[in-house]
Amino acid sequence: MAGRAPGAAPVLPAGLLYLLGRLGQLVPTVLTVSVIAFVLIRLSGDPASLLLTPEATEVERRAFRDAHGLDRSLPVQYLVFLGNLLRGNLGTSFWQHEPALRVVLSRFPATLLLSVTAIVIVIAFGLAVGVVAAMFRGTALDWFVMAGVGLGQSVATFWLGLMLILVFAVFIPLFPPSGYGTPAQLVLPAVTLAAYYVAVTTRLTRSGMLEVLGQDFIRTARAKGLGESATILRHGLRNALIPITTVLGLQIGELLAGAVVTETVFAWPGVGTLVLDAITRRDYPVVQATIVLIALVYALVNLTVDLVYGVLDPRVRVR
Amino acid sequence: MSPAGPTAAALPSSRVVHAFLRNPLAVSGLALFGFTLLVAVLAPALAPDTYDNQDIMGRLKPPLSRGTDGRVYLLGSDPLGRDMLSRIIYGARASVSVALAGLVIGGGLGSLLGLLAGFGGRGLDALVMRIVDAQLAFPSLLLAIAVIAALGTSLWTLLAVLALRSWAVHARTLRSAVLVIREQESVTAARALGAGPMRVAFKEILPNALAPLIVVATAQLGALILLESTLSFLGIGLQPPAPSWGSMLSSGRPYMTVAWWVAAVPGVAILIAVLGANLLGDGLRDALDPRLKWS
Repeated sequence: MAGRAPGAAPVLPAGLLYLLGRLGQLVPTVLTVSVIAFVLIRLSGDPASLLLTPEATEVERRAFRDAHGLDRSLPVQYLVFLGNLLRGNLGTSFWQHEPALRVVLSRFPATLLLSVTAIVIVIAFGLAVGVVAAMFRGTALDWFVMAGVGLGQSVATFWLGLMLILVFAVFIPLFPPSGYGTPAQLVLPAVTLAAYYVAVTTRLTRSGMLEVLGQDFIRTARAKGLGESATILRHGLRNALIPITTVLGLQIGELLAGAVVTETVFAWPGVGTLVLDAITRRDYPVVQATIVLIALVYALVNLTVDLVYGVLDPRVRVR
Repeated sequence: MSPAGPTAAALPSSRVVHAFLRNPLAVSGLALFGFTLLVAVLAPALAPDTYDNQDIMGRLKPPLSRGTDGRVYLLGSDPLGRDMLSRIIYGARASVSVALAGLVIGGGLGSLLGLLAGFGGRGLDALVMRIVDAQLAFPSLLLAIAVIAALGTSLWTLLAVLALRSWAVHARTLRSAVLVIREQESVTAARALGAGPMRVAFKEILPNALAPLIVVATAQLGALILLESTLSFLGIGLQPPAPSWGSMLSSGRPYMTVAWWVAAVPGVAILIAVLGANLLGDGLRDALDPRLKWS
């Protein structure tokens, strides 16, 4: 909040203002996404000729256009679309004849379970392995970790998934190769989805820690007799976490979208398999609803990341 | 940016070459990606067979086995009895050329927009950078799927999607390079000598901004190869019978449990190409400008 005298206002309203300001920033995001979703669907051609059989009469076509508001001008169609969007109405699935949003939301818990599990793996492994690699810089262990990071950033997710199925479900039947419902069925998909992001996070954590550990306050912490683990975690990691959080926030959005691929490999009944089916069936309301929903979740994730940022770095809150 | 004059940054100076060659990861990246490029260029000479020659009697032969006509399938054969090795070799051609074309389109447009943003007025700069931020804030795979859903699968759609994935980073990189370079004395001197904005942009700024641009472009290359193979795997990228590594993998997938090679081999090819491009990008970055580390 610019222009406010430093230290003059109490903490809570400032925090609340910050939160409201950030929530306000969601508005242009939602508008942009709505325009993208609207334009993309209009680009795909005349829905009447897509959905009606070639034998449909002109009367049937006109009835269809009337029913979907396709006879009005594009700006009017957009405003109608936006108004419906704000009321949570994203049209009716051409395929299932149910509200598109309900179709997408029914698949959302599966995607959420997969993504959240993967994110937990990313944070736990990425941070831990990155810190350890930085502490043992230049050793064989560090080299081994960096080789894994290089491979993890270059491997195709769908191939990794198939190879995990081949090794851990076909050759050594430890886990089921596909399906949804039991914890054992979650293991391979979550690991597959997490792999790339574990590599990115490990790399960032390692380089961030190396940068922080070379600074004066770390030497001070050691000099005042603080134990090594407290120095590393409280002074080192806490400071290294700030840039990591930013990148992680962006990565989580990519991870959500990347779930499409993992879901396809493991026949996971989430939003990803739904949207690919919807594309082949030309079920555009469902495609549209999926894009809007994921973009919205993505914006919310970034908002959360910004708030976490405020907790990690008190300087951010005052600005 | 190298603080030295225009030529020092434009041409690889001996310092840069030396720094690059001393880094074993950079050299192995060059070797891996150079190998991939070579295979792509020489595909017809290297491949023992065409990529679409089917032999129904020689279906799903394991690697190193003999076909009915006595020839050896080095990497096995696929569900239609086509030689995997030949398909992988032609696949290098398909995947690398599509990724490179997407990079040229996206990088060219992005660089032009970055140049405009850095040179044009404040309003233009703000507009371009807003679009860049919006683009970078949208999950790239989701945007790709949305665009393909709207336009249908075709080579042009695929190129558009790849260009869309890569333009924003180029625009941002070139813009920040322009902001730094246009304050340098050589540019002031050129302006004082009467050089117009176009001449300054293309003769003074662009050559000086080449180093960060090369770094960003190489880093994008691996990502584009991955994106192309992912889309082709999902069935919305290159369409069969084009021998894309991604579509080879998805067509081999139903046979995976009886013939592991049809799924394993294309993935190794993707790994080699992408790892090579990534290592090469990192190596170039470290050699040309160590300060670009976070980008």
